[in-house]
Order: sequence, then structure tokens, then C-alpha cells
Amino acid sequence: MPTTAAPPRPSRRRGAHPLARFLIRRILMALLLAWGITLVTFVLTNLVPGDPVAANLGQRALGDPAIVAQWRSEHGLDKPLWEQYLLHLQGVVHGDLGTSQQSHRPVSQDLAEFVPATLELAGAAILVSLVLGVAFGVIAALRRDRLSDHALRVLSLIGISVPTFWLALVAFYVFFYRLQITPGSGRVDAALGTAPAVTGLQTVDALLAGRWDIFGSAVGHLITPALVLALYTIGLLTRFTRSAVLEVLGQDYVRAARAKGLPGRTILFRYVLRSALVPIVTVAGLAFGSLLSGTVLVEAIFAWPGVGQYAYKSATTLDLPAVMGVGLVVGVVYLVINLIVDVLYGVIDPRVRLQ
Amino acid sequence: MTLDITDLKVTIGGKEILRGVDLSLQEGRVHGLAGESGSGKTMTGLAVLGLLPHGSRATGSIALGDRELLTLPPKELNRVRGGEVAMVFQDPATSLHPMLTIGKQLTEHMRHHLGVDKREARRRAVELLGKVRIPGAEEAYGRFPHQFSGGMRQRVAIAIALACSPKVLIADEPTTALDVTVQAGVLRLLRGLCDELGLAVLLVTHDLGVMSAVADEVSVMKDGLVVETGARGQVLREPAHPYTRSLLDSLPDAGSDPAPAPRSEDS
Repeated sequence: MPTTAAPPRPSRRRGAHPLARFLIRRILMALLLAWGITLVTFVLTNLVPGDPVAANLGQRALGDPAIVAQWRSEHGLDKPLWEQYLLHLQGVVHGDLGTSQQSHRPVSQDLAEFVPATLELAGAAILVSLVLGVAFGVIAALRRDRLSDHALRVLSLIGISVPTFWLALVAFYVFFYRLQITPGSGRVDAALGTAPAVTGLQTVDALLAGRWDIFGSAVGHLITPALVLALYTIGLLTRFTRSAVLEVLGQDYVRAARAKGLPGRTILFRYVLRSALVPIVTVAGLAFGSLLSGTVLVEAIFAWPGVGQYAYKSATTLDLPAVMGVGLVVGVVYLVINLIVDVLYGVIDPRVRLQ
Repeated sequence: MTLDITDLKVTIGGKEILRGVDLSLQEGRVHGLAGESGSGKTMTGLAVLGLLPHGSRATGSIALGDRELLTLPPKELNRVRGGEVAMVFQDPATSLHPMLTIGKQLTEHMRHHLGVDKREARRRAVELLGKVRIPGAEEAYGRFPHQFSGGMRQRVAIAIALACSPKVLIADEPTTALDVTVQAGVLRLLRGLCDELGLAVLLVTHDLGVMSAVADEVSVMKDGLVVETGARGQVLREPAHPYTRSLLDSLPDAGSDPAPAPRSEDS
């Protein structure tokens, strides 16, 4: 740690400038990684055993070499692999992800339809997890070894151990089929129509259009799958927040804050949570990844028209452009999450951004 | 205002840590509290502010003027903390929050206790930073603890302690974590502030060199009891208690000079 008392001109190194430099460095890094993702998705997709021709053409057409050759050249499969990659990369840069061999629509168009649904589900889940997980963790830490702590420990263990697909089935059965308190499958009541798509997120679009009926229906549809998806993350965040808060509570500066006579609320939010946020943000970023993979199962059970279902369909039919498109989108979502986590580190801890 | 500790007993989890401590702090005087690790000197300091660890019980009396701190309701005790009795901790690297600016940590309790507005708090904070001789006080205000050296950080911690013009300052080993070269400066600062502001200072230290440099009165603790108390010259030159004598004997130049420069030997 630098111990110089006064750097020669600290005023010029402070403020927005170092934070901007920090941001630019992280964004450049992210772009480099994005390029890596296109390479990896392309190579992996082409390494998959199986013949897309066989998966897409019928028996009769397969018997005709002329049709097979035409199909291959139509989809650019007759060119050497490196040339295919360059064409693919060129397309990606221009927002063209090729044409889905199944839906015969541009992959980008398919993704634009399915990705927001998944983001809405995963976003709602991570939001719920953050609010509940952090709150539970703080309560457990502050009431250490008391009844509420033990109760929350059991709850978080259940959340971490119960498999998501099982929970999804049970929740669907109990709340929809038995109790009939939640709407069934899909994103919104079909009878209400849809709000004009602006963001692709039903809840936000409904709010923007001022359609409270659609908003209510969208939230109703969202709540069960989001909670099912969130339970694991809630458990995880409760555990991590508890230990992070307990560690900070033992720090000297918390005792010093008490010695200053600050109100308990100030100490908790300004002194304790601020420090505990660093490990919490780390775990939340990682958890978002497992949350995304969890959506595949939850989407299937709740018939949620998201990218998980699309990925599954494309993979089983060897629809290579679609598979690459999904891989790219998921990779970029990871990148963005990591970028956000990195930036949050810098915002939370000045030692990160001032280095 | 004086602080009188009488027959203070503290038990933690059934174990008796303090067994009847008597101490008296006068304004404008530095009272040194010496003793080996585990003798209860830090616990005595923490007890004054009600900062004892969980599961501890304190009996006896800690009187600030005519108020009894041990039985003060939590809300009023919180007004005393930082407002009338302030504390400086051992290691400024850990006692300052690493993610909050010096300015924030200097002004938050000022605004809470004194109800001053942001501008006034800032003005006072910069003035305080000058008073503890931080170079470039205006700029230092916006910086973070890791951008200061250890000695400067402890000066900041002292400024934070003084922000609400307390009457009593408890300094728990304020120079132990610092380089030898900056110890003397911090001690001189403490002494100067005590004289200038009429503070009653409790200087907790295991270092008799530090003690002899700045203390007016000296008390020696052993096993949760004050075994000897008196004026510095008397206690350090003519110790009455055998334990004080053995503490002095363990110093390299024991007893030869009643007021040497602050030393850094660990006892």
C-alpha cells in the first residue's frame, strides 16, 4: 500500500478522470472477450458430431446429391471452415446472425423475440434474490444464534439444495392446478392482447403504455417462475451476506463508528453494508450465470417463450446459426454482468478505482 | 469536566476482567494508564463508552461530571459518545473506514451531534485537519484513508475524535501501530491539544517511554486492578509497588531518566 502522504498533484488524479479510465479499460477488455466468444461458439458448434444436412432435409431429399449440394451452398456449408468463420464474424458485426434453418427467419429476429422474455424472467429473479437474500442475510447476522437466524439457515439450505426443475413442477402443481391462485403458462393473458413492444419486457412495456390490466397479468404470470428460479440464489445470497456482515461487524472501524455515537441505522448502512457489498456483488454476479441456465428448465415447465426453449429446439435440430446466436447472446449477457460487477467494485471501493 | 471511575468491575462470560478499578481524569491533564497485555487497560477505556464486548457486565461507577455513564439510557449514552467522550484507537489503518472519505468521517458525527449544516461542518473539518497539522487540509478533506501514511492517518483519527469538541479523550495505544519516527509527533500533538483545549485525556499504553513523555499522572494496572497511581515523577522515579518496579526494571535504561524522549520498545 502506498504510504506517501501527499502525491504531488492529487486534484488532477481525482474525480471523474480515473473512473473514466477504469471504465474504458474494462470495456475494451469486454470487447476483446466478445470476439473470443464468437470464436468459441463457432468452433464448438462446428465440432458437434452430427450432420445438419441430415437433421434438416427429409429422407427423400437426402437421397438426391443435387439437393444436398444446393442446401449446403445455400447455407454456406461448402466453404472452408475459416471462410465460414470470417463470414460469420462479418455478419455478427453487422448484426446479421444468419438465417435459422428451422424457422427460416433471421436468427437476430428470433432472438429479439425470445431473449427479452428470458431477461425479464432472470432479471425479476435476480432482483427478488438480491432484495430478499441481502435482507435475510443481514437479519441473520444481526440476530446471530437466535431463532430467526436458525430459521433463515434452514430456509437458505432448502433453497440451495432443492433442484429447480422439481420445485418448478411442484409450484406449478400447487399454485396453478390445486390452489388456482396463479395464472398458468405464458407471459400474459392472451385475451388482453399485448402492449406495443418497446423494450420487449412485458411488465415495462405495459407500464409505458399505461395498460395496468396487462401489467397486472404480466406480473401475475412472472411471479411464480421468478420465485422458483430465485430460491436457489436467495439461499446463496443469504449465506454469503450473513458471513460478510458478521465479518464487517467485527472490524475496528465499526467499533470506531459506535464510539462516535452514530445512530445504529447509519452504522448498518454506511459502515457495515458498504463493506459487505463487495462479496455480495461478487456472488450475485456469479449467481446470475447459474440463474440463466436455470431458466431453460423453468421456461419449459411454465411454457415461458424464452431463449431457453429456443436453444433447446435449435440444438436438437442442429440449427447451427441459431445455436451460435444463442451462444453469442448468452456469452454477451455474461460479459455485461461481469462488466457491471467490475464497475460496481470501482463504485463501492475507492481503492479499486484509484489504483 | 472530570471523569471519575470508582470500583469498576467488569465480567465477560463469568470471567472477572476488571476487579475494582479507580481512576480520576481532570481537565487539561493527561492520565497515563500502563500495564501489560491483558491487565485490563483497554477494557477500562472501552467501558467508559459502553463499548464492551457482547456478554459483558459492568458494575461500579463511571461518573462524567454528575452523570452516571453506566446506567445512562442508550440514547443519551449515544450523545455522550463522540460528543462528550471521544476515543482514538490503536491502529488507524483499521479504525478508519477504507471506503469513506476523510471528510465524510470527520463531518458525519458533527452533523449528527451538533446539528450543523454541510458547509459549516466542512469548514470546521478543514480547520481541524489544519489543527492536527495535516498538510493541504482542503485537499485532504476529499481523500480516502489509504492515501495517507500511518502517522497522518492517526492524526486524522485524532481530528475525528475532536470534531464535536469533547471534554474527555480516551486514547487506546495511539502510537503502538506507528513507526518510531512518527510516534513523537503524534504524542506532542496529543499533549498540545490537551493543554490548548483543556481536554481530560486517558492515555492507555504499555509503553512506559510514551508515558513518561506526556503523562501528568500515571496509573499502573495488573490483573484487573490499579496497583499504583500518582504523579508521573513519583511513580516512575520512586515506585511504591513491586510490580511497577519490575516494569521499570525491564526497560533498558530503567529509572535513569524520568522524562526521556518517547521510545518504542515493546514491554
